[in-house]
Amino acid sequence: MSLTVRETWTVIHGMVIGALFLVSFTGGLFGLLSLKPELITGEGTRKIVARLSNWMWTMAAIAWLTVITGTYVVYPWYRAADPSSPRSLLLANPATAEWHEFGMEWKEHVAWFAPLLATAAAYVVWYYGKQLVQEEKARKAAMVVFSLAFFAAAVAGIFGAFLNKAAPTR
Amino acid sequence: MAAMTESDRKPSGPAAAALLSVGVGSLALGVFTFLAENVKSIGKALNWYHPAGNLTGKTGLAIILWLVLWVILGKAWQGKDVELGRIYTVTLVLITMGFLLTFPIVFQMRF
Repeated sequence: MSLTVRETWTVIHGMVIGALFLVSFTGGLFGLLSLKPELITGEGTRKIVARLSNWMWTMAAIAWLTVITGTYVVYPWYRAADPSSPRSLLLANPATAEWHEFGMEWKEHVAWFAPLLATAAAYVVWYYGKQLVQEEKARKAAMVVFSLAFFAAAVAGIFGAFLNKAAPTR
Repeated sequence: MAAMTESDRKPSGPAAAALLSVGVGSLALGVFTFLAENVKSIGKALNWYHPAGNLTGKTGLAIILWLVLWVILGKAWQGKDVELGRIYTVTLVLITMGFLLTFPIVFQMRF
């Protein structure tokens, strides 16, 4: 059982850091949903919001790492001009060409929304701190922007998994 | 929880700056994707790192625009209250447009 360098990077990009962002999402969303005056009171507020802020900054960092490794490490192997690259193999067969034309074309662009949106959401949570409990509009904005980051990452992740099944990066 | 006094209260300006700038950054990502696909010279100019193609320029330029605008708006709205609800709505419209322009069926349209 062994992995090539390319397979290892593909696993790091998709199954380690990319997946970590996706599975961490519910923790952040639950934290944001819980920040309501009727649900959260007392001295613990500051600690809870600080923990949520750290969580969201970490998620934003993970999103950045995912897109940077995806674009600058794995993608060049995927799109290499040689006939054995995943892109060449997919395009050579009309039955699989759409995986590239639609799947990869969407994935490579939509993924980049995730770090931008996750960073903005993390900033809003960090900036307001415990005041976020009182700021319904800001809380809602952070939640929606954060959820859109998840949507972008999920689309990229799902297509990444399918593409790697149709034409693995080796 | 101790009541928050008016002087403790943080104004909405910096949060609004973060939201609006990410909206513009998202739209920029969509616009650059669309232009790179439809205008050959732009697609070529955005090829900042050949092994990864013009994805590097589209995303790089969108990030630069986002960060520069964030700094500018952050300074302009520092210590100020702005209408966060309206900024949030505009941000969502901009993000939606960005998403649409990075959807292959849209950016692969030929004009």
